[in-house]
Amino acid sequence: MASEYGSAARSRMIGRAFIYGSLVLLAALYLMPLWVMITTSLKSLDEIYGGSFIGLPQAVTFEAWGKAWSQACIGTACTGLKPYFINSLMMVVPAVLLSTGIGALNGYVLTKWRFRGANLVFGLILFGCFLPFQAVLLPMAQVLGKLGLSGTIPGLVLVHTVYGICFTTLFFRNYFVTIPDELTKAAQIDGAGFFRIFFSIMLPAALPIMVVSCIWQFTQIWNDFLFGVSFTAGESSPVTVALNNVVNVTMGRKQYNVDMAAAMIAALPTLVVYVVAGRYFVRGLTAGAVKG
Amino acid sequence: MTRKKSFSDRLADWLPRLVMAPSLLVILVGVYLFIAWTGWISLSSSRMVPQYDFVGLEQYYRLWATPRWHTAVANLFIFSALFLAVTIGVGLVMAILLDQNIRAEGALRAVYLYPMALSFIVTGTAWKWILNPDLGIQKVVNGLGWESFVFNWITQPKFAIYTIVIAAVWQSSGFAMAIFLAGLRGIDNSVIKAAQIEGATLPRIYASIIVPMLRPAFLSVTVLLSYIAIKNFDLVLAMTNGGPGNATEVPSTFMFSATFRRNQMGVGAASAMMMLMTVAAIIIPYLYSELKESRDGQ
Repeated sequence: MASEYGSAARSRMIGRAFIYGSLVLLAALYLMPLWVMITTSLKSLDEIYGGSFIGLPQAVTFEAWGKAWSQACIGTACTGLKPYFINSLMMVVPAVLLSTGIGALNGYVLTKWRFRGANLVFGLILFGCFLPFQAVLLPMAQVLGKLGLSGTIPGLVLVHTVYGICFTTLFFRNYFVTIPDELTKAAQIDGAGFFRIFFSIMLPAALPIMVVSCIWQFTQIWNDFLFGVSFTAGESSPVTVALNNVVNVTMGRKQYNVDMAAAMIAALPTLVVYVVAGRYFVRGLTAGAVKG
Repeated sequence: MTRKKSFSDRLADWLPRLVMAPSLLVILVGVYLFIAWTGWISLSSSRMVPQYDFVGLEQYYRLWATPRWHTAVANLFIFSALFLAVTIGVGLVMAILLDQNIRAEGALRAVYLYPMALSFIVTGTAWKWILNPDLGIQKVVNGLGWESFVFNWITQPKFAIYTIVIAAVWQSSGFAMAIFLAGLRGIDNSVIKAAQIEGATLPRIYASIIVPMLRPAFLSVTVLLSYIAIKNFDLVLAMTNGGPGNATEVPSTFMFSATFRRNQMGVGAASAMMMLMTVAAIIIPYLYSELKESRDGQ
């Protein structure tokens, strides 16, 4: 009896060890590319061509980071990623704020001021979340041209706001549905109007979903490549497009350390957001599974 | 009896609709009108600039007569099938392992999910470097003493598409894990306890009771990953740029190069419409069932 009990405990131990072993191994696999990017970016070119790939740098140098930031060539302009990084910032901040604000209003109307056809409107907006953007690239290019916005940052802000509304409306609609209607009804009886209720009841309650929406939009827009490469050229490009250009330079000895430093620079803003507010990021991700 | 409504009352009645109107207009134009516009271009003879004549389905015939498009479609199928199968498998295993009262679960989850925060261009850049046969993984393994080890898929037309699968799985499996984990957390613990009392082993319980209960999560993951697969553009561009040759061409890269590089705007629009129809065929039934369910549930 006692030995049977002991063997059950042992097999349980082995099971736990197996589970932890697998989890740690998987974690190592997931971290490997980041590790390789960081270490490569800190090595000298000689060391890289000398054959060190996975190991720590023998002598840490930030030269590649400096080059990627201010000297690397994008096409014929050797300005580094800096101006493009700034482009991305100028694009992402207004687009995130606009799309989140509009989404909040839409979600509010769709849940607390339901009108006939509200479901249809929501359905139409929802499909926009899953639009393959290839289907709108050509007309959008035409319209941006007509508006005099092609190849400009305001043009990209417009595009990202338009297609961002779909997701932000989904976020806020699914969140406001959970706020009891009695709350808004009571405020209405007390004489509060449409905007009073929005600003003094709904928005304060919506802080968590506002964070979710901002983080989601920030990540999506910062990481966008398709709109950037389709609607901008040269010096008005966002950082993802510039990164791709840096990496695909074919002249001379390939500077892998600069490539990796450039990739890290382009990745840092979203990585930092993820580290600081990962919980909210995950909520945005799983909200894509519509019911949220 | 009913008092005639004053102007301000009527304005208040219409206010919600007025607030919603600009968004609706923008979506109707930016999504639906633009789709129709692309559809129109796909029925015209447009090459370098849009033409608004009508040539019927000529561009579609031309599209399906292009070997490069056939490569793109075949690659999309290979990529999607492998990407979905492996991502779902890995994501499910990670979720189940994480659901065993793991210490440091939060930290592990964060590690599995961080690739989702990266741009596909960054992911592609990193994996292109890792898979570089001269300096990357192959060289590391060679250095460990396995001299004949060859892992040069990224330069081989026949195998390059699989390297894109590897990078895409790395990026997206944490996402599948997150949805499965949420599904697992929604399952009542008493189910497991009851089965254990009956004498079932843990793997048995998972295989025959828990996993079947995850059906809604499977549906969500499958649909969302299919969408990611069809949309996949940046990753291919960053890793192989459609090459070697056009071995890793997919519909999204085909559309882009036909439209913006090869002056075949009509063919590009036709390929965009094919992509749209594929996505719509998957997404619309899904959205419909999700919305219907949530309304029934209320």
